[in-house]
Amino acid sequence: MPNGSIAYVRKEEAPTLSPPITETGLVGWLRDNLFDSVGNTILTILGILFLAWAVPPVISWLFIDAVYVGDNRDACVVENAGACWAFVHAKFGQFMYGRYPLEERWRVDLTGVLLILGLAAAAIPQVPFKRLTMLFLLVVFPVLGFVLLTGGDVDLSWSFWLGFAGLGAVLLAIVFVVCLNAGLAPLGPVRDVGLGVLAIALILAIVSFDFGLRPVETQLWGGLLVTLVVAIVGIVASFPIGIVLALGRRSHLPVVRLVSVIFIEFWRGVPLITVLFMSSVMLPLFLPEGVNFDKLLRALIGVALFASAYMAEVVRGGLQAIPKGQYEAANAMGLSYWQGMGLIILPQALKLVIPGIVNTFIGLFKDTSLVLIIGLFDLLGIVTLNFSDSNWASPNTPATGFIFAAFVFWIFCFSMSRYSIYMEKRLHRGHAR
Amino acid sequence: MNPVSSARSEGAGNGARASWFYNPQVRGAVFQVLVVLALLGVLAFFAYNAKTNLERAGIASGLGFLSERAGFDISQSLIAYTNDSSYFRAFWVGLTNTLLVALIGVFFATIIGFVVGVARLSHNFVIRQLAAVYVETLRNIPLLLQLLFWYKAVLSVLPSPRRSLEPLSGVYLNNRGLILPEVIREPGSSLTFYALIAAIAVAIGISRWARKRQQETGQQFPSFLVGLGLIIVLPLVTFLASGMPIHFEYAELKGFNFAGGVVVNPEFMALLLGLSLYTASFIAEIVRAGILAVAHGQTEAAYSLGLRPRRTLQLVIIPQAMRVIIPPLTSQYLNLIKNSSLAVAIGYPDLVAVFAGTVLNQTGQAVEVIIITMLVYLTISLITSSFMNWYNRRMALVER
Repeated sequence: MPNGSIAYVRKEEAPTLSPPITETGLVGWLRDNLFDSVGNTILTILGILFLAWAVPPVISWLFIDAVYVGDNRDACVVENAGACWAFVHAKFGQFMYGRYPLEERWRVDLTGVLLILGLAAAAIPQVPFKRLTMLFLLVVFPVLGFVLLTGGDVDLSWSFWLGFAGLGAVLLAIVFVVCLNAGLAPLGPVRDVGLGVLAIALILAIVSFDFGLRPVETQLWGGLLVTLVVAIVGIVASFPIGIVLALGRRSHLPVVRLVSVIFIEFWRGVPLITVLFMSSVMLPLFLPEGVNFDKLLRALIGVALFASAYMAEVVRGGLQAIPKGQYEAANAMGLSYWQGMGLIILPQALKLVIPGIVNTFIGLFKDTSLVLIIGLFDLLGIVTLNFSDSNWASPNTPATGFIFAAFVFWIFCFSMSRYSIYMEKRLHRGHAR
Repeated sequence: MNPVSSARSEGAGNGARASWFYNPQVRGAVFQVLVVLALLGVLAFFAYNAKTNLERAGIASGLGFLSERAGFDISQSLIAYTNDSSYFRAFWVGLTNTLLVALIGVFFATIIGFVVGVARLSHNFVIRQLAAVYVETLRNIPLLLQLLFWYKAVLSVLPSPRRSLEPLSGVYLNNRGLILPEVIREPGSSLTFYALIAAIAVAIGISRWARKRQQETGQQFPSFLVGLGLIIVLPLVTFLASGMPIHFEYAELKGFNFAGGVVVNPEFMALLLGLSLYTASFIAEIVRAGILAVAHGQTEAAYSLGLRPRRTLQLVIIPQAMRVIIPPLTSQYLNLIKNSSLAVAIGYPDLVAVFAGTVLNQTGQAVEVIIITMLVYLTISLITSSFMNWYNRRMALVER
C-alpha cells in the first residue's frame, strides 16, 4: 500500500502541551496536598486556623514583647511583658558552669574544646585515624578532663601504692603459674599483663600529680557542666559493662547467663529515680565506715549501672545480627573466645549498633535532669533554683527559664538524633546487596 | 567455655597429654565458680557493712515499721487514709496513686500517639508538618522539664479561684486545680449501672455472633451500630424509668475557694499532661513506623479488591501494622509507668514521693523502703510486659 494514499497520517509530531495548570506548580501542589477532598480541605482550614490562633501570641511573647536588657526584676515586671531574656542573660554563667569559680572557668572551656575536637574527629566518617581518636576519647581525654575539672592532685597514700604494687605482683605471679601449668611460654602474657598494670599506674600517677591547678570541689559544679559530665561519664562507663553483660547474656555458661539476665532485667525494670535514691541513700550504708563518696560520684555510679543494662540490650541486638558463620569462622581459625569476640565479632557488632548507642545516649542525656531530685544542680536544677532568686522573680521568669533549658536540651538531642539517622543510612548501605 | 581451646591440644584423643587447662568443661566450671564466689564476696561485704552501719546508727532493720502510725497527710488518696493510718496504708495510697496516673496516662498517650502517628503520614501538608513539629519538639526535651513547665509555668499562673476560667458550664479551672461537678447517686442508681454492664455484655455477644455468621454464611450484620445503640439506649431507658436518680452537684464559690465538686489537683494534671504528651510523641513514631512497615502492595491489593480507603486501613493495614507496633508499644507503656515516678519532683503523692520520700525520711529504713519500692516497680513491669506479650502472641502472624 502506497504511503501517499493515506491522507490523514501526520507527518510531524504534535506540539507538547503543558500539563493543565491545576496539576502542576503551586496550584497543583495546593490541590494535591491541601484541597484534594472535602475532608482534607476541612483539615487544612482547621490546621491553618490553629496556626493563626497559636503562632502569633507565641512569637510576640518570645520575641516582640520580650525583655532583653535589664539588671533585675523591674525590667520584667511590666504590663504585658513577654519572655524575660534579661534573666537568662544575667544568669548565663551559672546555667553553664554552676558555681565553678570565675577565674577557673577556662579549665571547663578547655575540656569542652578538647571534647568537641575529639567527638568531631570520631563522628565525621571522612576524618582518618579513627583508632587514635578513640584512644584519645576513651583513655586520654577522661584523664585530662578529670585533672582539668577537679584540679587533679588526688591524695593517694603510700599504703595505697604499696597495695597496688602488691596486687600487680600477685596478678603477674598468677599469670606466670597458669602459663607454666598450661605449657605456654610465660614471657608474652606476663609482659602484656605487666604493661597493663604499668599503664594503670601511670594514669594513677597523673591523677595524683600536683599540676598547680586549684582544686574545685564537685559541690561547686553545676549547670550544663554537670549535665554533660553525668551523661558522658554514664555512657562511657556503661559501655564496657554493657558489652560484658551482653556477652554474658549470650554465654553458654548457665550461671553467667543467669546473673547477666537478672542484672539487666532488674535495672531495666525499675525507674531511674529509685536507682538514684538507692545510690544516694543506700550506697553509703553498704560501704565501710569512713569511706564516703561525693554526691556527684554516687549519682554517677547509679547512672552508670542503670545505663549499662540498656547498653547491654543494644549490644546484644548487634551480637544477634552477626551471622552464625562469623562465630564459627572465628572458632575455626583457632581463636580463643576473647580473641574471637575482640577481633571478629565485636568490631562488626558494635559498628551495627552505633545508632542504638546514640539513641541510648539521647535517653541518658535527657534522664540526667533527674539528678536535681537528689540535690545536684544540673542545667534544669540550676534554672529552677534561680526562680527563687527574689531579684528576678516575675510571672514570666519560670516560663523563660524552662524554655531556655528546653532549647539547650533540644539542640543536643535533636542534633544527636539526626546524626543517628545519618549513621543508620550510612551503615545500611553496606548490607544492601 | 569455648570449644576452640580443646582443638588446640593435640592428641586430646589419647587423653594422656591434654592439660586440664584446655578442657572446656573444666574451664567453664572454674569460671562459673569464680563468678559465684566473687558475687557472694561482694554481697557479703555489702551486707556486713550495712549491718554494722545500721547498728551504729541505731536503726532496727526489718519490716516492723510498716505497722507504725504514719503521722503525715497525703493530699490525694483513692482509699481511706488519715495521718493516724499506718505506714503500710501510706504505701498503698502511694501505689494506688501511681497506678491511677499510669493507667489514665497510658489511655491518653495511646490515643494521642495513634492520632499524631497517623497524622504524620497524612496526605495533608499542614497536618503532616504540625504532627512532625509536635513529635520532634516533645521527644527531644526531658520529661522532667516538661512536667515542671506544666506545673510551674502553666498551671500555677492560672487565675485565682475568684477569677476561675470556666471552659464548660460547671467546670472551673484555677490555680487550685480543675473543679468538676460531683456525681450524686441516689438509691436506685445502681440499676442504671447494671443496665450499662448488661448492654456491654449483650453488645459483645452480638458482635461475636455476627462475626461467626459472616464467616459461615457471608451475610453481614451491622453489629457495631446495634451494639452502640444498645449501650446508649438501655442505660438511658433504665435511668429514665427509675426516676432519674443521678444528678450533678456543681461546685460553688464560697469565700476564696470552691466548695463541693470534685477537685483534680494541679499536680495530678501536670503529671498526666506531661506523661501523656511526652509518651505520645514516642508512640506516634512507633505507629508511623508500623504503618510504613506494611508493604505498599497490600494497600494496592486491597484497592484492587474494591475496598474503600477506610476499610483498607481498618481491615488490611492496621491489623498488619499492629504486629510491628505492639512490642515497642509495650516498652513505651513500661516507660510511662516508670516515668510516673517523676511525680516526686512536682509533689504528686505517688509511690516514690510517699514511700521512698516521706516514709524513708521519717523512719530512716533506707534499705527496706528502697528495696520494696524497686520490687513494686519490677512487679508492675513484669505484669505489664507479660500481658502485652500475651496480646502480642494473639496478634502475631500464625505461620505453619
